Amino acid sequence: MAKRKSVLVLAALGAGFLLFGGSLIDAAWKRDAAMARMEAASKWVERLELTDLVLFTEARYTRNLALADRFSAFQDHPMAFEHFPSGSVALPPRHLTRAP
Amino acid sequence: MKIYLRRQLNLLEFTLSSLLRRKGKNLALLVVFSAIVFMLASALLYSHALRREAAILLKDAPELVIQKMVGGRHDLLPQANLAKLAEVRGITQIHGRLWGYLFDPIAAANYTVMVPQTNPPEPGFAIIGEGISGARGAEPGDQLSFKSHDGGLLTFRVAQVIAYESALATSDLFLVNEDDYRRLYGIAPGLFTDAVAKVRNPREVGKAAEKIAELLPDSRIVLRDEILRTYESVFDWREGLLLVLLTGAVLAFAIFAWEKASGLSAEERREIGILKAVGWETGDILLMKMWEGGVMSLSAFLIGYLLAYLHVFYLGAPLFEPVLKGWATMYPAFRPTPFIDGFQVATLLILTVLPYLAATVVPIWRAAIIDPDQVMR
Repeated sequence: MAKRKSVLVLAALGAGFLLFGGSLIDAAWKRDAAMARMEAASKWVERLELTDLVLFTEARYTRNLALADRFSAFQDHPMAFEHFPSGSVALPPRHLTRAP
Repeated sequence: MKIYLRRQLNLLEFTLSSLLRRKGKNLALLVVFSAIVFMLASALLYSHALRREAAILLKDAPELVIQKMVGGRHDLLPQANLAKLAEVRGITQIHGRLWGYLFDPIAAANYTVMVPQTNPPEPGFAIIGEGISGARGAEPGDQLSFKSHDGGLLTFRVAQVIAYESALATSDLFLVNEDDYRRLYGIAPGLFTDAVAKVRNPREVGKAAEKIAELLPDSRIVLRDEILRTYESVFDWREGLLLVLLTGAVLAFAIFAWEKASGLSAEERREIGILKAVGWETGDILLMKMWEGGVMSLSAFLIGYLLAYLHVFYLGAPLFEPVLKGWATMYPAFRPTPFIDGFQVATLLILTVLPYLAATVVPIWRAAIIDPDQVMR
Protein backbone atom coordinates (compact mmCIF):
# COMPACT_ATOMS: atom_id res chain seq x y z
CA MET A 1 0.00 0.00 0.00
CA ALA A 2 2.90 2.29 0.86
CA LYS A 3 4.36 1.92 -2.63
CA ARG A 4 1.16 2.56 -4.51
CA LYS A 5 2.31 5.70 -6.31
CA SER A 6 5.60 4.22 -7.48
CA VAL A 7 3.97 0.98 -8.65
CA LEU A 8 1.31 2.97 -10.49
CA VAL A 9 3.88 5.15 -12.24
CA LEU A 10 6.03 2.17 -13.19
CA ALA A 11 2.94 0.38 -14.51
CA ALA A 12 1.98 3.47 -16.53
CA LEU A 13 5.49 3.74 -17.98
CA GLY A 14 5.44 0.00 -18.77
CA ALA A 15 2.08 0.43 -20.51
CA GLY A 16 3.56 3.35 -22.45
CA PHE A 17 6.45 1.21 -23.65
CA LEU A 18 4.03 -1.58 -24.57
CA LEU A 19 2.04 0.91 -26.65
CA PHE A 20 5.31 2.11 -28.18
CA GLY A 21 6.12 -1.48 -29.19
CA GLY A 22 2.52 -1.84 -30.36
CA SER A 23 2.96 1.19 -32.62
CA LEU A 24 5.91 -0.53 -34.32
CA ILE A 25 3.87 -3.72 -34.85
CA ASP A 26 0.90 -1.65 -36.06
CA ALA A 27 3.23 0.17 -38.49
CA ALA A 28 4.54 -3.11 -39.92
CA TRP A 29 0.99 -4.41 -40.30
CA LYS A 30 -0.22 -1.22 -41.97
CA ARG A 31 2.78 -1.22 -44.30
CA ASP A 32 1.93 -4.71 -45.53
CA ALA A 33 -1.65 -3.63 -46.11
CA ALA A 34 -0.53 -0.51 -47.98
CA MET A 35 1.90 -2.31 -50.30
CA ALA A 36 -0.86 -3.15 -52.83
CA ARG A 37 -1.96 0.50 -52.87
CA MET A 38 1.60 1.73 -53.42
CA GLU A 39 2.17 -0.82 -56.17
CA ALA A 40 -1.01 0.37 -57.92
CA ALA A 41 0.19 3.98 -57.74
CA SER A 42 3.65 2.93 -58.93
CA LYS A 43 2.06 1.25 -61.99
CA TRP A 44 0.48 4.61 -62.92
CA VAL A 45 3.85 6.33 -62.48
CA GLU A 46 5.40 3.81 -64.86
CA ARG A 47 2.57 3.90 -67.39
CA LEU A 48 2.29 7.69 -67.51
CA GLU A 49 6.04 8.28 -67.03
CA LEU A 50 5.34 10.61 -64.14
CA THR A 51 8.20 12.46 -62.49
CA ASP A 52 6.43 13.90 -59.46
CA LEU A 53 3.90 13.29 -56.73
CA VAL A 54 0.71 15.29 -56.32
CA LEU A 55 1.73 16.97 -53.08
CA PHE A 56 1.27 20.65 -53.87
CA THR A 57 -0.94 21.63 -56.80
CA GLU A 58 -0.81 25.37 -56.13
CA ALA A 59 2.23 26.30 -58.24
CA ARG A 60 3.96 24.66 -61.19
CA TYR A 61 7.33 24.49 -59.48
CA THR A 62 5.88 22.72 -56.46
CA ARG A 63 3.53 20.49 -58.48
CA ASN A 64 6.51 19.26 -60.47
CA LEU A 65 9.29 19.72 -57.95
CA ALA A 66 11.83 17.61 -59.82
CA LEU A 67 11.33 19.63 -63.00
CA ALA A 68 11.40 23.10 -61.42
CA ASP A 69 13.64 25.56 -63.24
CA ARG A 70 16.30 27.81 -61.79
CA PHE A 71 14.14 30.89 -62.10
CA SER A 72 11.17 29.70 -60.07
CA ALA A 73 10.17 32.01 -57.27
CA PHE A 74 11.21 29.85 -54.36
CA GLN A 75 14.68 29.39 -55.71
CA ASP A 76 15.65 33.05 -55.38
CA HIS A 77 17.68 31.99 -52.39
CA PRO A 78 17.35 29.13 -49.94
CA MET A 79 14.68 29.74 -47.30
CA ALA A 80 13.24 32.71 -49.21
CA PHE A 81 9.77 33.57 -48.01
CA GLU A 82 7.43 33.54 -50.88
CA HIS A 83 3.87 33.67 -52.05
CA PHE A 84 3.03 29.97 -52.02
CA PRO A 85 3.24 28.29 -48.60
CA SER A 86 4.38 24.99 -50.11
CA GLY A 87 7.39 26.73 -51.63
CA SER A 88 8.57 27.49 -48.11
CA VAL A 89 8.18 23.88 -47.01
CA ALA A 90 9.71 22.19 -50.02
CA LEU A 91 13.27 23.00 -50.95
CA PRO A 92 14.60 23.42 -54.48
CA PRO A 93 15.76 20.10 -55.97
CA ARG A 94 19.39 19.40 -55.19
CA HIS A 95 20.41 19.11 -58.82
CA LEU A 96 19.50 22.78 -59.27
CA THR A 97 21.46 24.11 -56.34
CA ARG A 98 24.55 22.02 -57.02
CA ALA A 99 27.34 23.70 -58.99
CA PRO A 100 27.55 22.27 -62.53
CA MET B 1 18.50 -8.04 -5.47
CA LYS B 2 15.25 -7.73 -3.54
CA ILE B 3 16.80 -5.12 -1.28
CA TYR B 4 18.10 -3.19 -4.28
CA LEU B 5 14.68 -3.19 -5.93
CA ARG B 6 12.96 -2.15 -2.70
CA ARG B 7 15.44 0.69 -2.32
CA GLN B 8 14.73 1.88 -5.85
CA LEU B 9 10.97 1.69 -5.25
CA ASN B 10 11.33 3.70 -2.05
CA LEU B 11 13.41 6.29 -3.86
CA LEU B 12 10.79 6.51 -6.63
CA GLU B 13 8.04 6.80 -4.03
CA PHE B 14 9.89 9.66 -2.36
CA THR B 15 10.55 11.32 -5.75
CA LEU B 16 6.88 11.16 -6.69
CA SER B 17 5.84 12.68 -3.38
CA SER B 18 8.36 15.45 -3.95
CA LEU B 19 7.03 16.01 -7.51
CA LEU B 20 3.44 16.03 -6.25
CA ARG B 21 4.28 18.75 -3.74
CA ARG B 22 4.85 21.05 -6.78
CA LYS B 23 2.02 19.53 -8.76
CA GLY B 24 1.04 22.49 -10.95
CA LYS B 25 4.55 23.39 -12.00
CA ASN B 26 5.54 19.83 -12.83
CA LEU B 27 2.31 19.11 -14.69
CA ALA B 28 2.79 22.25 -16.80
CA LEU B 29 6.33 21.13 -17.57
CA LEU B 30 5.13 17.66 -18.58
CA VAL B 31 2.46 19.13 -20.88
CA VAL B 32 4.90 21.51 -22.61
CA PHE B 33 7.61 18.83 -22.83
CA SER B 34 5.14 16.35 -24.37
CA ALA B 35 3.87 18.99 -26.81
CA ILE B 36 7.42 19.65 -28.06
CA VAL B 37 8.10 15.92 -28.47
CA PHE B 38 4.73 15.61 -30.23
CA MET B 39 5.61 18.32 -32.76
CA LEU B 40 9.09 16.96 -33.41
CA ALA B 41 7.90 13.35 -33.64
CA SER B 42 5.01 14.33 -35.95
CA ALA B 43 7.43 16.10 -38.30
CA LEU B 44 9.86 13.17 -38.18
CA LEU B 45 7.24 10.48 -38.74
CA TYR B 46 5.42 12.38 -41.47
CA SER B 47 8.49 13.37 -43.45
CA HIS B 48 10.13 9.96 -43.22
CA ALA B 49 6.93 8.14 -44.23
CA LEU B 50 6.43 10.48 -47.16
CA ARG B 51 10.01 10.13 -48.35
CA ARG B 52 9.87 6.33 -48.24
CA GLU B 53 6.53 6.29 -50.03
CA ALA B 54 7.90 8.66 -52.69
CA ALA B 55 10.90 6.36 -53.19
CA ILE B 56 8.59 3.36 -53.74
CA LEU B 57 6.18 5.23 -56.00
CA LEU B 58 8.85 6.88 -58.12
CA LYS B 59 11.12 3.87 -58.49
CA ASP B 60 9.84 3.46 -62.08
CA ALA B 61 9.94 7.17 -62.98
CA PRO B 62 11.58 7.93 -66.34
CA GLU B 63 15.33 7.30 -66.43
CA LEU B 64 15.98 10.51 -68.33
CA VAL B 65 13.78 13.55 -68.88
CA ILE B 66 14.98 16.00 -71.51
CA GLN B 67 13.59 19.53 -71.63
CA LYS B 68 14.36 22.29 -74.09
CA MET B 69 15.28 25.58 -72.44
CA VAL B 70 14.83 29.02 -74.01
CA GLY B 71 15.83 32.14 -72.09
CA GLY B 72 16.09 30.16 -68.88
CA ARG B 73 12.58 28.78 -69.23
CA HIS B 74 11.18 25.48 -70.29
CA ASP B 75 10.07 25.48 -73.94
CA LEU B 76 8.43 23.06 -76.36
CA LEU B 77 10.67 20.38 -77.81
CA PRO B 78 10.57 19.91 -81.61
CA GLN B 79 10.38 16.48 -83.26
CA ALA B 80 13.77 17.15 -84.94
CA ASN B 81 15.45 17.09 -81.51
CA LEU B 82 13.91 13.72 -80.76
CA ALA B 83 15.39 12.32 -83.96
CA LYS B 84 18.83 13.61 -82.93
CA LEU B 85 18.50 12.12 -79.45
CA ALA B 86 17.55 8.72 -80.85
CA GLU B 87 21.03 8.54 -82.38
CA VAL B 88 22.81 8.83 -79.02
CA ARG B 89 24.51 5.53 -78.33
CA GLY B 90 23.03 3.66 -75.37
CA ILE B 91 19.56 5.14 -75.69
CA THR B 92 17.11 2.40 -76.55
CA GLN B 93 13.85 4.27 -76.50
CA ILE B 94 12.90 7.92 -76.71
CA HIS B 95 9.62 9.70 -77.23
CA GLY B 96 8.01 13.03 -76.56
CA ARG B 97 5.62 13.62 -73.67
CA LEU B 98 2.63 15.91 -73.86
CA TRP B 99 1.50 17.46 -70.63
CA GLY B 100 0.59 20.85 -69.23
CA TYR B 101 -1.32 22.69 -66.56
CA LEU B 102 -4.92 23.75 -66.74
CA PHE B 103 -6.67 26.15 -64.37
CA ASP B 104 -10.30 25.27 -63.85
CA PRO B 105 -12.15 28.44 -62.81
CA ILE B 106 -15.20 26.47 -61.63
CA ALA B 107 -13.27 24.49 -59.01
CA ALA B 108 -10.55 27.19 -58.73
CA ALA B 109 -8.05 24.35 -59.01
CA ASN B 110 -5.01 23.52 -61.12
CA TYR B 111 -5.11 20.27 -63.07
CA THR B 112 -2.31 18.48 -64.89
CA VAL B 113 -3.42 17.54 -68.39
CA MET B 114 -1.49 14.66 -69.84
CA VAL B 115 -1.48 12.32 -72.85
CA PRO B 116 -0.72 8.71 -71.90
CA GLN B 117 1.65 6.86 -74.24
CA THR B 118 -0.29 3.62 -73.86
CA ASN B 119 -4.06 3.20 -74.01
CA PRO B 120 -4.98 6.88 -74.32
CA PRO B 121 -8.69 7.72 -73.96
CA GLU B 122 -10.87 7.90 -77.06
CA PRO B 123 -11.24 11.38 -78.61
CA GLY B 124 -13.66 13.44 -76.53
CA PHE B 125 -13.13 11.26 -73.44
CA ALA B 126 -10.97 11.79 -70.38
CA ILE B 127 -9.63 9.74 -67.50
CA ILE B 128 -9.54 11.88 -64.35
CA GLY B 129 -7.86 11.67 -60.96
CA GLU B 130 -9.92 11.36 -57.81
CA GLY B 131 -9.03 14.94 -56.84
CA ILE B 132 -10.71 16.33 -59.96
CA SER B 133 -13.63 13.97 -59.48
CA GLY B 134 -14.06 15.33 -55.94
CA ALA B 135 -13.55 19.00 -56.89
CA ARG B 136 -16.08 18.85 -59.76
CA GLY B 137 -18.32 16.07 -58.46
CA ALA B 138 -17.65 14.26 -61.75
CA GLU B 139 -18.31 10.55 -62.18
CA PRO B 140 -17.87 8.30 -65.25
CA GLY B 141 -20.31 9.42 -67.95
CA ASP B 142 -20.42 13.06 -66.77
CA GLN B 143 -19.21 15.87 -69.02
CA LEU B 144 -16.57 18.49 -68.22
CA SER B 145 -15.98 21.53 -70.44
CA PHE B 146 -12.93 23.76 -70.62
CA LYS B 147 -11.98 26.79 -72.63
CA SER B 148 -9.39 25.93 -75.23
CA HIS B 149 -6.52 28.24 -76.33
CA ASP B 150 -8.71 30.03 -78.87
CA GLY B 151 -11.61 30.61 -76.49
CA GLY B 152 -13.73 27.76 -77.87
CA LEU B 153 -15.30 25.24 -75.54
CA LEU B 154 -13.95 21.69 -75.45
CA THR B 155 -16.13 19.07 -73.81
CA PHE B 156 -14.84 15.81 -72.40
CA ARG B 157 -16.87 12.89 -71.17
CA VAL B 158 -15.38 11.16 -68.13
CA ALA B 159 -14.41 7.62 -69.12
CA GLN B 160 -12.85 6.59 -65.82
CA VAL B 161 -11.95 7.96 -62.41
CA ILE B 162 -8.56 6.74 -61.24
CA ALA B 163 -8.90 4.85 -57.94
CA TYR B 164 -8.30 6.70 -54.70
CA GLU B 165 -5.43 4.29 -53.88
CA SER B 166 -3.23 5.99 -56.49
CA ALA B 167 -4.14 9.55 -55.42
CA LEU B 168 -0.61 10.50 -54.39
CA ALA B 169 0.52 10.04 -58.00
CA THR B 170 -2.64 10.79 -59.96
CA SER B 171 -5.02 12.99 -57.93
CA ASP B 172 -4.93 16.03 -60.26
CA LEU B 173 -4.39 14.21 -63.56
CA PHE B 174 -6.67 14.83 -66.53
CA LEU B 175 -5.71 12.27 -69.19
CA VAL B 176 -6.79 12.97 -72.75
CA ASN B 177 -6.11 11.93 -76.32
CA GLU B 178 -3.23 13.57 -78.24
CA ASP B 179 -5.55 15.34 -80.71
CA ASP B 180 -7.67 16.72 -77.87
CA TYR B 181 -4.55 17.89 -76.05
CA ARG B 182 -3.25 19.75 -79.09
CA ARG B 183 -6.66 21.30 -79.70
CA LEU B 184 -6.92 22.40 -76.06
CA TYR B 185 -3.56 24.16 -75.99
CA GLY B 186 -3.09 24.97 -79.68
CA ILE B 187 0.19 23.08 -79.85
CA ALA B 188 1.11 22.14 -83.41
CA PRO B 189 1.90 18.52 -84.32
CA GLY B 190 5.61 17.76 -84.03
CA LEU B 191 6.04 19.75 -80.81
CA PHE B 192 6.25 18.10 -77.39
CA THR B 193 6.36 19.32 -73.80
CA ASP B 194 9.51 17.32 -73.12
CA ALA B 195 10.99 13.90 -73.86
CA VAL B 196 11.74 10.77 -71.84
CA ALA B 197 14.43 8.25 -72.71
CA LYS B 198 15.42 4.76 -71.64
CA VAL B 199 19.05 3.71 -71.51
CA ARG B 200 20.22 0.17 -72.28
CA ASN B 201 22.66 -0.08 -69.41
CA PRO B 202 21.51 1.68 -66.21
CA ARG B 203 25.14 2.36 -65.32
CA GLU B 204 25.50 4.45 -68.46
CA VAL B 205 22.71 6.91 -67.67
CA GLY B 206 25.20 9.59 -66.65
CA LYS B 207 27.24 9.07 -69.80
CA ALA B 208 24.11 9.23 -71.98
CA ALA B 209 23.08 12.46 -70.23
CA GLU B 210 26.53 13.95 -71.01
CA LYS B 211 26.20 13.01 -74.68
CA ILE B 212 22.71 14.56 -74.83
CA ALA B 213 24.02 17.76 -73.24
CA GLU B 214 26.77 17.93 -75.89
CA LEU B 215 24.35 17.26 -78.73
CA LEU B 216 21.66 19.67 -77.51
CA PRO B 217 23.32 22.33 -75.36
CA ASP B 218 20.03 24.18 -74.90
CA SER B 219 18.47 21.22 -73.08
CA ARG B 220 18.12 20.36 -69.44
CA ILE B 221 18.37 16.74 -68.40
CA VAL B 222 16.84 15.35 -65.23
CA LEU B 223 17.91 11.86 -64.19
CA ARG B 224 15.75 9.43 -62.24
CA ASP B 225 18.27 9.59 -59.40
CA GLU B 226 17.80 13.35 -59.24
CA ILE B 227 14.01 12.93 -59.12
CA LEU B 228 14.40 10.46 -56.24
CA ARG B 229 16.85 12.74 -54.43
CA THR B 230 14.42 15.66 -54.77
CA TYR B 231 11.88 13.69 -52.78
CA GLU B 232 14.45 12.50 -50.29
CA SER B 233 14.93 16.08 -49.20
CA VAL B 234 11.28 17.13 -49.29
CA PHE B 235 10.08 17.91 -45.75
CA ASP B 236 13.49 17.04 -44.45
CA TRP B 237 13.26 17.82 -40.77
CA ARG B 238 16.77 19.23 -40.75
CA GLU B 239 15.94 21.68 -43.46
CA GLY B 240 13.26 24.10 -44.44
CA LEU B 241 10.65 26.07 -42.66
CA LEU B 242 9.64 23.28 -40.33
CA LEU B 243 13.02 23.44 -38.65
CA VAL B 244 12.90 27.23 -38.39
CA LEU B 245 9.53 27.00 -36.62
CA LEU B 246 10.58 24.12 -34.41
CA THR B 247 13.94 25.60 -33.46
CA GLY B 248 12.23 28.52 -31.74
CA ALA B 249 9.93 26.20 -29.82
CA VAL B 250 12.72 23.83 -28.85
CA LEU B 251 14.99 26.64 -27.68
CA ALA B 252 12.19 28.19 -25.63
CA PHE B 253 11.56 24.82 -24.04
CA ALA B 254 15.25 24.22 -23.41
CA ILE B 255 15.44 27.50 -21.48
CA PHE B 256 12.24 26.65 -19.58
CA ALA B 257 13.39 23.12 -18.72
CA TRP B 258 16.86 24.26 -17.74
CA GLU B 259 15.42 26.98 -15.53
CA LYS B 260 13.02 24.52 -13.91
CA ALA B 261 15.47 21.65 -13.55
CA SER B 262 18.63 23.49 -12.66
CA GLY B 263 17.39 26.51 -10.74
CA LEU B 264 17.28 24.99 -7.29
CA SER B 265 14.78 26.73 -5.08
CA ALA B 266 15.64 27.48 -1.46
CA GLU B 267 13.09 24.84 -0.52
CA GLU B 268 14.84 22.19 -2.61
CA ARG B 269 18.21 23.14 -1.14
CA ARG B 270 16.79 22.81 2.35
CA GLU B 271 15.29 19.45 1.41
CA ILE B 272 18.71 18.19 0.30
CA GLY B 273 20.29 19.51 3.46
CA ILE B 274 17.73 17.77 5.64
CA LEU B 275 18.03 14.51 3.71
CA LYS B 276 21.78 14.57 4.16
CA ALA B 277 21.44 15.46 7.82
CA VAL B 278 19.14 12.46 8.42
CA GLY B 279 21.66 10.14 6.82
CA TRP B 280 21.03 10.15 3.05
CA GLU B 281 24.18 9.80 1.01
CA THR B 282 25.06 11.92 -2.01
CA GLY B 283 24.47 8.84 -4.20
CA ASP B 284 20.92 8.43 -2.84
CA ILE B 285 20.06 12.04 -3.60
CA LEU B 286 21.46 11.73 -7.10
CA LEU B 287 19.51 8.52 -7.67
CA MET B 288 16.33 10.21 -6.48
CA LYS B 289 16.87 13.07 -8.92
CA MET B 290 17.65 10.63 -11.73
CA TRP B 291 14.33 8.97 -11.08
CA GLU B 292 12.68 12.39 -11.23
CA GLY B 293 14.35 13.29 -14.55
CA GLY B 294 13.76 9.81 -15.94
CA VAL B 295 10.06 9.69 -15.07
CA MET B 296 9.43 13.18 -16.45
CA SER B 297 11.38 12.79 -19.69
CA LEU B 298 10.29 9.22 -20.46
CA SER B 299 6.65 10.15 -19.81
CA ALA B 300 7.00 13.17 -22.12
CA PHE B 301 8.62 11.03 -24.80
CA LEU B 302 5.98 8.30 -24.64
CA ILE B 303 3.03 10.74 -24.54
CA GLY B 304 4.49 12.90 -27.34
CA TYR B 305 5.49 10.01 -29.58
CA LEU B 306 2.23 8.05 -29.19
CA LEU B 307 0.11 11.15 -29.86
CA ALA B 308 2.29 11.95 -32.90
CA TYR B 309 1.80 8.39 -34.21
CA LEU B 310 -1.99 8.77 -33.92
CA HIS B 311 -1.86 12.27 -35.42
CA VAL B 312 0.16 11.26 -38.49
CA PHE B 313 -0.92 7.71 -39.27
CA TYR B 314 -4.50 7.62 -38.01
CA LEU B 315 -5.67 11.21 -38.52
CA GLY B 316 -3.55 12.04 -41.59
CA ALA B 317 -1.56 14.88 -39.92
CA PRO B 318 -4.36 17.51 -39.87
CA LEU B 319 -2.11 20.00 -38.05
CA PHE B 320 0.27 20.11 -41.04
CA GLU B 321 -2.51 20.30 -43.60
CA PRO B 322 -2.91 24.12 -43.71
CA VAL B 323 0.77 24.54 -44.59
CA LEU B 324 0.93 21.62 -47.00
CA LYS B 325 -2.28 22.56 -48.73
CA GLY B 326 -1.32 26.22 -49.09
CA TRP B 327 -3.53 28.05 -51.56
CA ALA B 328 -4.24 24.86 -53.49
CA THR B 329 -7.84 23.75 -53.85
CA MET B 330 -6.86 20.15 -54.41
CA TYR B 331 -4.84 18.23 -51.94
CA PRO B 332 -4.81 14.44 -52.04
CA ALA B 333 -6.58 12.99 -48.99
CA PHE B 334 -3.38 11.20 -48.19
CA ARG B 335 -2.80 9.13 -45.09
CA PRO B 336 0.90 8.26 -44.94
CA THR B 337 1.98 4.64 -44.69
CA PRO B 338 3.86 4.21 -41.41
CA PHE B 339 7.48 3.78 -42.32
CA ILE B 340 9.33 4.40 -39.08
CA ASP B 341 13.01 5.15 -39.02
CA GLY B 342 14.31 3.43 -35.86
CA PHE B 343 17.41 5.60 -35.86
CA GLN B 344 15.35 8.81 -35.89
CA VAL B 345 13.09 7.58 -33.07
CA ALA B 346 16.12 6.51 -31.03
CA THR B 347 17.70 9.93 -31.63
CA LEU B 348 14.51 11.61 -30.48
CA LEU B 349 14.43 9.41 -27.36
CA ILE B 350 18.03 10.22 -26.51
CA LEU B 351 17.57 13.94 -27.20
CA THR B 352 14.46 13.94 -24.99
CA VAL B 353 15.84 12.00 -22.06
CA LEU B 354 19.57 12.75 -21.77
CA PRO B 355 19.62 16.57 -21.74
CA TYR B 356 16.75 16.70 -19.25
CA LEU B 357 18.42 14.12 -17.04
CA ALA B 358 21.65 16.12 -17.13
CA ALA B 359 19.82 19.36 -16.39
CA THR B 360 18.19 17.71 -13.35
CA VAL B 361 21.12 15.83 -11.93
CA VAL B 362 24.11 18.18 -12.39
CA PRO B 363 22.90 21.08 -10.18
CA ILE B 364 21.68 18.65 -7.53
CA TRP B 365 25.05 16.93 -7.53
CA ARG B 366 26.66 20.35 -6.92
CA ALA B 367 24.30 21.02 -4.01
CA ALA B 368 24.56 17.50 -2.64
CA ILE B 369 28.34 17.51 -2.24
CA ILE B 370 28.22 20.60 -0.01
CA ASP B 371 28.14 20.19 3.74
CA PRO B 372 24.49 19.81 4.95
CA ASP B 373 24.97 22.40 7.63
CA GLN B 374 26.02 24.98 5.03
CA VAL B 375 23.09 24.10 2.74
CA MET B 376 20.52 24.45 5.52
CA ARG B 377 21.77 27.84 6.68
